[in-house]
Amino acid sequence: MSEYVIEVENLSYSYPRKANVLRNISFKVKKGEVLGIIGPNGAGKSTLCKALNGLVPHFYGGRFSGRVVVAGMNTLEHTVAELATKVGLVFQDPEEQLSGVALTVYEEVAFGLSMLGFPKEEIDVRVKEAIKKVGLEGLEWRAPFELSGGQTQRLAIATVLALKPEVLVLDEPTAQLDPIGKFEVFSVIKKLAEEGSTIVVVEHEIEELATFADNIMLLNEGRVVAYGPARKVLGMVEELKKCGVNPPSVTELTYLLKKEVGVDLEVPITLEEAIKIYGEALGVM
Amino acid sequence: MAEPIIKVENVWFAYDDKVVALRGVSLDIYPGEMIAIIGQNGGGKTTLAKHLNGLLKPKKGRVLVKGMDTRYTPTHKIVKVVGYVFQNPSHQLFASTVYDEVAYGPKNLGIEGEELDKRVKWALSMVGLEGYEKENPYDLDYGKMKLLTIASVISMDPEVFVLDEPTTGQDHRGRMILADLCKKLNEQGKTVIVITHDMKFVAEVARRTILMADGRIVLDGPTREVMSAIDVLRKAAIKPPQIAEFSYRLREAGVNINAITISEALEQLKALLSARR
Repeated sequence: MSEYVIEVENLSYSYPRKANVLRNISFKVKKGEVLGIIGPNGAGKSTLCKALNGLVPHFYGGRFSGRVVVAGMNTLEHTVAELATKVGLVFQDPEEQLSGVALTVYEEVAFGLSMLGFPKEEIDVRVKEAIKKVGLEGLEWRAPFELSGGQTQRLAIATVLALKPEVLVLDEPTAQLDPIGKFEVFSVIKKLAEEGSTIVVVEHEIEELATFADNIMLLNEGRVVAYGPARKVLGMVEELKKCGVNPPSVTELTYLLKKEVGVDLEVPITLEEAIKIYGEALGVM
Repeated sequence: MAEPIIKVENVWFAYDDKVVALRGVSLDIYPGEMIAIIGQNGGGKTTLAKHLNGLLKPKKGRVLVKGMDTRYTPTHKIVKVVGYVFQNPSHQLFASTVYDEVAYGPKNLGIEGEELDKRVKWALSMVGLEGYEKENPYDLDYGKMKLLTIASVISMDPEVFVLDEPTTGQDHRGRMILADLCKKLNEQGKTVIVITHDMKFVAEVARRTILMADGRIVLDGPTREVMSAIDVLRKAAIKPPQIAEFSYRLREAGVNINAITISEALEQLKALLSARR
């Protein structure tokens, strides 16, 4: 198998009623890599996520060209069910993810596995492991509807992790959460990234993304506008703003200082980097 | 100073016997203020906001809107003064055209004919939806739907606007449009109260910020002071805007900087860096 978990080549796609949602997109994701996808609403980010687990085009139909290969499987040659064990897709709204029939957190995480016919002992091991990974230990017997927003999204992530996918795809997983919920979910994603999971994540919270993404892709109107190491893409302040995306505040601040006063500073993409750079420049560190 | 347009006096509220949502909240809101209410879900923000236009009535204490006690005043009188924009547009939209949606409120207030038409046009132009009059609200994208819900409140021309999480689900461009709209309403003399999790939005737009937790007001003051109370915000698990934290950390290290927005930090750092050269 190649060193890449995801290989996308010249992917173009139109929904039956909406044309050119993705235009000639190519990228690769290595094992253990975190790819962040950013861009304004309507850029094609969610559609790209759905192309990675085969929902596009199997479920939605439409016109599809190019090639998407995930964990060695060409998505056109495999069903969504087959792909589901390789690509774990987490939606923005956790309610969409949950079965709605499970009475407890434990049952919810076990649901997908039992649908796929796993033996009971294996299910038990995997469920416990997934619940631990998202930090929901102790809430196994709680009803899913009793959970907070952040807990519900972590449960949704656990249901996907239990299938042990090769890659985790998260589509704006924190968009609907309050600050505590966002913090909880980002903590889980960062931990999974540190443990070596391969992750593709769509996020509007650029300042958070900057702290853990290896590569970043900027999408606009279905096209890749910028793609590369996080530092390089987040430093492209003009391009980001043109697409209606906010760079991290400390990045924008430094960009403006360099432009307006011509100071010679490294460009930070995280708060910690900024404190260090400015602390030194101002002679207090 | 002018009389408060809304007085909240020691308000207690519970949805049932178990969940106490507000625990003795007191608050004066003056005409022309631009206020953000922040805090975690379950902290009481939305419950408080729904008291401001009589959607909810206090179990104890009282709310006065232009002197009218919300417990004894019919709702239609209160909504003339305080307009409420719900978080989820689909909870609010129901007409089959954009025009009818915006016309519905003022029609109910008894406005008709040319005056009605004028109101609708004005409201649509405030949010930049001129030209969409005949569209079905549900054919609009999410950002425009949100603007439409605001237009349908603008057309009633209330003195106070309460917006519940207007920036949720919006991208950067949508946030900018909403920030400009809040400022524009405020410049026209409207009192604007925004419930939000978006701290960058708060720093850029609100002059006064109220932090709620566990049904109580924890902080209430000028936005700069609230955003600089990093320790209190941390305790409430609120992440201040990146620039406020950046400025706080540098200040701790001995740098004379106090900024909560990029433009403030830019000006102060320009001076600090040129002084070192």
